[in-house]
Amino acid sequence: MLGLNKKDTSLLILVAALALLAPFILNPFPSGSAMAQFNAGYPDLMQRFVIFGIFAIGFNILFGLTGYLSFGHAAFLGVGSYAAVWMFKLLSMNVVPAIILSVITAGLFALVIGYVSLRRSGIYFSILTLAFAQMTYALAYSVLTPITGGETGLQLALDDPRVLDGAASGDNIPVPGFFGMEMRGSSQLEISDWVFTFSTGYYFSAIIMLLSFYLSIRIFRSPFGMMLRAIKSNQQRLNYTGLNARPYTLAAFVISGMYAGLAGGLMAAMDPLAGAERMFWTASGEVVLMSILGGVGTLIGPVLGAGLIKYMENILSKINSDILHGWFAFLPDGLEDIIVSMIYPFIGKGWHLTLGLMFMLVVIFLPGGLVEAGQRISRLFGRKKSDDKSDKSTSTEPAE
Amino acid sequence: MMDAIILQVLNGLDKGSAYALIALGLTLIFGTLGVVNFAHGALFMIGAFCAVTLSRIITISHEVVDETRTDFLGNPLKVDVPYVHDWLGKETGDVIIDWAVPLAILFAIPIMILIGVIMERGLIKHFYNRPHADQILVTFGLAIVLQEVIKYFYGANPIPTPAPDAFKGSFDFGAMLGMEANQIIYPYWRLVYFAFAALIIGAVFAFLQFTTFGMVVRAGMADRETVGLLGINIDKRFTIMFGIAAAVAGLAGVMYAPINSPNYHMGMDFLVLSFVVVVVGGMGSLPGAVLAGFLLGILESFASMKEIIDLIPGINQIIIYLVAILILLTRPRGLMGRKGVMED
Repeated sequence: MLGLNKKDTSLLILVAALALLAPFILNPFPSGSAMAQFNAGYPDLMQRFVIFGIFAIGFNILFGLTGYLSFGHAAFLGVGSYAAVWMFKLLSMNVVPAIILSVITAGLFALVIGYVSLRRSGIYFSILTLAFAQMTYALAYSVLTPITGGETGLQLALDDPRVLDGAASGDNIPVPGFFGMEMRGSSQLEISDWVFTFSTGYYFSAIIMLLSFYLSIRIFRSPFGMMLRAIKSNQQRLNYTGLNARPYTLAAFVISGMYAGLAGGLMAAMDPLAGAERMFWTASGEVVLMSILGGVGTLIGPVLGAGLIKYMENILSKINSDILHGWFAFLPDGLEDIIVSMIYPFIGKGWHLTLGLMFMLVVIFLPGGLVEAGQRISRLFGRKKSDDKSDKSTSTEPAE
Repeated sequence: MMDAIILQVLNGLDKGSAYALIALGLTLIFGTLGVVNFAHGALFMIGAFCAVTLSRIITISHEVVDETRTDFLGNPLKVDVPYVHDWLGKETGDVIIDWAVPLAILFAIPIMILIGVIMERGLIKHFYNRPHADQILVTFGLAIVLQEVIKYFYGANPIPTPAPDAFKGSFDFGAMLGMEANQIIYPYWRLVYFAFAALIIGAVFAFLQFTTFGMVVRAGMADRETVGLLGINIDKRFTIMFGIAAAVAGLAGVMYAPINSPNYHMGMDFLVLSFVVVVVGGMGSLPGAVLAGFLLGILESFASMKEIIDLIPGINQIIIYLVAILILLTRPRGLMGRKGVMED
């Protein structure tokens, strides 16, 4: 179907089902129950799942296939956000032109940065991308304030021209929409104690995520994808066969920059606001964490990693010591305090510690990330040879 | 004009000293073990927190009721008296508390060496044969963990750690050179920091150049296998070098605490720049790292002069990265890089 083989088709259908049913799947606990705080099925968080999923899918096309580790990918995300907000300000509150412009702008940026950075490989490439991203961040924060809004970030204002929307805007700042459907709009479905929220913004992003996921499968399976893998496994040999690797790596870099721009544009479409902190190098580090945790070089891995990190950031960080005491209240008092004080550093504000430890463990023991963990478990239970989601022919070798 | 130039050079020196020290440690690790250590900034940060810890330890105090004075309710006043006052008398005790940061040097050296050795033996040893990207990733994870541990114990806010009173003031450099007074003013502590950095850098180079141990390490950097075949346990020596590199980063952090109040993410802030410094200086070249550190520090402070910012707005924010990009594209090995280090 759609030019995919059977395995990939079933993977795509699985992801589509998960994405479309996410408001149900992520809301397993009835509201009001003690476990309700683990529900992730609210629009804001679900949107972040899919948007960062797109970001990670794009990053994976570069790092997973070619092995070039970019430490500056957040710059493209930030540029995409700025472009989208400017489109909202100048043209129209419709998200389509905004997203198109953000993809194009990020692509052009990636073309320039990639053209320069790809002259070097290995750690030099990482440092070059890092340097470019930090430069963009520093400029957006200071000198480019007229374009970027500086420290306060770029926001919509009532007196923005919005050429296509005309003077329709009243006293309130209009919200982004898709041909009349507001991104913030949502409807709720109540089944006894469960409340499911279906948000327009989420479904819009989810459909875009599915399209980009489909595109990434096609890239993985295409001759172009094969070429990228060849670069990763042995660039020198590729050169000896008379092929110049740089156009291919540059294309991969631009494509993954455009994915990042798409994610940035969607982020602005969900919440029309763009700030320079999205481009800081820790944000670039985060997408590296997502790809590695999920399984770099696999199709589904980065999406899983993005979901996991965003889940931890939003859910795990909310647990405080009172809640912990509530859970362990059945234990004798002394033991309860000991256990709570042992767990406490790893949750709530300390969730980064858990993330760092998990990340280290994955890098040390599970270079294939969650996907590899899944494969090992399924092999352990002796199921028939892994008809798995992932593509095992890739490993995490970098380009040196 | 002359005074402005001198002032910018001086301003550049203290930041340059910090860059040079961190870059020196990074290069020591890279040159010996071939590992790209993203956790090096965290070691710098831990050093700064050694200073915080020591000044907390020596000001541990107990309450004493002072009968001669009363508080506003008329009750006898309770005063906190540090234990050092009881043990060593008030004068000596105050001097010790005042000099907490310099004393922390002695406190930090064994701790940092220990941390370095544990890091190398416990984690990095297993990554020698893995690709550089894996080394970057695992040390990046370690940096996050160390940072969060420090945040858990010390909180997220910067902790002011003052320098000894003797170095509190500023030094009028212009008057000394026979120029107008109050034109070139420079805090004493920054001068101390520069002298200290120069001392450490000199010590590391002397150690490598003039001791047998250093000679073996240099031989190992050049050709590890041959040194191993000669029956020398080079791994053990490289582990010790890792400890020394950690100590250099830690000492840079200890002395930096009065300049910039330590907070848990100061290491990451310095790390990115230090990597740029290492790359500019040339991967694996110790003199290159030091040279590039001072050079970039001074360039950065020149770029923040008002005249230059008026000319090219925002240049002070990006100068280091700009220089790094230019150097990497024109001189791929950096200023003093050796042939064949980290090349494809």
